[in-house]
Amino acid sequence: MSTAASKHDLSRFGSEVMRFSPRQCDLMIVAGRVVMKMLPVLQRIWLQMPEPKWCISMGACACSGGVFDTYSVVQGIDRFMPVDVYVPGCPPRPEQLIKSILDLQAKIQSGGTVNAREFKLRVLPEGPSRFDEEELIRIRERNGFKLEDPKYDPVH
Amino acid sequence: MPLELIDDPSLGSDKREGLWTLNFGPQHPATHTTLRLVLQLDGEMVIDAEPDIGFLHSGFEKLGEVLDFNQYVTIVDRMNYISPLANEIAWHHSVEKLLGIELTPRCKYIRTIFAELMRIHDHLLCTGTCVLDLGGATAFMYAFNEREAIYEICERASGQRFHTSYTRVGGLLYDVTDDWVDMVKKYCKNFPKAFRDFEGLVMKNRIFVERTRDVGVLSKEDAIAGGATGPVARASGVVRDLRRDEPYLAYDELDFDVCASQGGDCYARFQVRMMEMLESIKIIEQAIDKLPSGPIYASGTGKETIPDKREVYRSIEGLIHHFEGIMPNRQMASPKDSVYAATESPNGELGYYIVGDGSFRAYRARTRPPSLLHFSLFARMMRGCMLSDVVAVLGSINIIAAELDR
Amino acid sequence: MSNQPSTNKAVPGSTTQMESTKASLVAALPGIELTWSVFCSQDRVVFPAGSLMKVLQAFKAAGFDQLTDLTAVDLLEYGSASDRFEIVYCLLNVDSGLRLIAKTHLSEPDLTIPSATQVWFGADWLEREVYDMYGIIFDGHPNFKRLLLPQEFQSFPLRKDYPVKGRGERHNFPVVTRAES
Repeated sequence: MSTAASKHDLSRFGSEVMRFSPRQCDLMIVAGRVVMKMLPVLQRIWLQMPEPKWCISMGACACSGGVFDTYSVVQGIDRFMPVDVYVPGCPPRPEQLIKSILDLQAKIQSGGTVNAREFKLRVLPEGPSRFDEEELIRIRERNGFKLEDPKYDPVH
Repeated sequence: MPLELIDDPSLGSDKREGLWTLNFGPQHPATHTTLRLVLQLDGEMVIDAEPDIGFLHSGFEKLGEVLDFNQYVTIVDRMNYISPLANEIAWHHSVEKLLGIELTPRCKYIRTIFAELMRIHDHLLCTGTCVLDLGGATAFMYAFNEREAIYEICERASGQRFHTSYTRVGGLLYDVTDDWVDMVKKYCKNFPKAFRDFEGLVMKNRIFVERTRDVGVLSKEDAIAGGATGPVARASGVVRDLRRDEPYLAYDELDFDVCASQGGDCYARFQVRMMEMLESIKIIEQAIDKLPSGPIYASGTGKETIPDKREVYRSIEGLIHHFEGIMPNRQMASPKDSVYAATESPNGELGYYIVGDGSFRAYRARTRPPSLLHFSLFARMMRGCMLSDVVAVLGSINIIAAELDR
Repeated sequence: MSNQPSTNKAVPGSTTQMESTKASLVAALPGIELTWSVFCSQDRVVFPAGSLMKVLQAFKAAGFDQLTDLTAVDLLEYGSASDRFEIVYCLLNVDSGLRLIAKTHLSEPDLTIPSATQVWFGADWLEREVYDMYGIIFDGHPNFKRLLLPQEFQSFPLRKDYPVKGRGERHNFPVVTRAES
């Protein structure tokens, strides 16, 4: 929080725009420990984010479980999710977080391509399944419409 | 609150038609951390709210049974992470009560100053972020300016700006220096001006007042029976402050007022927090003037406390004493008994119930988190409010998920 | 907004007040064995679990109107203890500032005691947490289920026979890889 606030001011680097809906995000910062109950939620948020997307694991607790070697804390989110940049420290200083975002920018610049070839492997669609026209026809048939009906227009 | 309920909550769920359910969280900007609410809505009116917590439950209390009294302070730190030192002070207050250690005057005063700095720290974040959630980003920036100054004070004293792990059984990690005293004095001098800016921006803001007044009302009876403490209870008219009623540290030697209000709504809770910040500055000013010199470690009769660093490096007795304090198998025994001790943390009564079993670690280290009790009252506060008030009420009771779930 | 001056300091555990409260409690609970003790100027009382509701109602009638904390201790490895679980009620009289710690003991296999929610409704979440951590069942609780851990969780983690690092629950999740997301 302090990173985005007045003193450290993340907007100097053009990265201050926070979107709280995963569908508008391209970077997820996992701050703090992730426990059993939260991990499925976190994975779902990650799956909801549109491509291209990156993940920063912020703090020792997210990277490795940190001091919390207990029954409920996941020992590092990278066991279950992809992570691009790890930030050490518990908690990291704001400067460290800013540096990690700059590092991520450098990583994208060095490895990225204009036509996003690197994401070609990711083929599964995101979010709700595609609109199925067959399903619409079946629903309309159940409701008494006939396909032969001249007024019937399956798309509208 | 003035609106009348259309729906009758006493009816069974099958008869309550027209309600719809809204899932709020666990990842939502206004929850700051992770908690989930399942709201029953009639249009935009909240009929019922069922909180679902535990998204940050990390087994603190189990760790308290594994780590010794000094080690556990690092875990306690991470409990209410917006005022970490207040938790450390509360933890070691309980431990010292169990072991029967009397602190030195200097240590008492330094801890008092830190406890009050943490109160300001916590209240600034609580009010600042709540105003941010209600749509005003400026106040948040003002609040964080002041918080950064407190971070620097913590860093000067302990070497860490956030999770300081500064207290030890019967003492403190390091003694404070003269320039730390100057920093605190300078902070006390600058704070009232910044506070006036902040208060003017928030408390007389028409939109803020309209959105918080008569919203989320908690009656005095509910506050008492439901276990509310701290600013939440004081805003509902329960005039109880552990600093006055069960004085610990140096509070009985300092002069301060207990801030309370009668309203019980969100605005009253903010008022109490605002006034407490000024009272805290008053306490810090007195304490820093009275700051006695002398050792920070209680020498004690036994080996419960670690000796002062100067003693460790300059005498063989001190070195042996330090060694015995650090080695897990050489430490002093705690009494085979249990104790409950509480301090007035920024959020309310933060207590620890410790059971000693003769070793230097707790057999059971129970935390009494104020957030848990406050959040269990949330459904009661919320009934009859509008959906947009959820954010205001959540902000005003200052729910910290790490403390809530432990 | 009112600033209350710091007058009429209530002395915690003030002996005369506590003595009269004790006497009234003993008079209100005839035939129930109450064992009193003091440690660090804190008054504690141990009562039998069988008469729990009666005792709690008597406490409330004696002026303890706030349940500050409710917790449990697993006494499995606690040397001389004869019972497995200890339930601890921390009570507070908000007006006078008196505190009382009331304890009762439970043993397996019957881990059921009546719920305190009818006496202090603040016990709601505290009892659910005790169930979550120790598996003690509170009879008559309005919404009795786990509070902090997932509903499908099997063990009770704060029991002494449960390991700190768990039994592998924390590793039991599907893995999301870069290729499939």
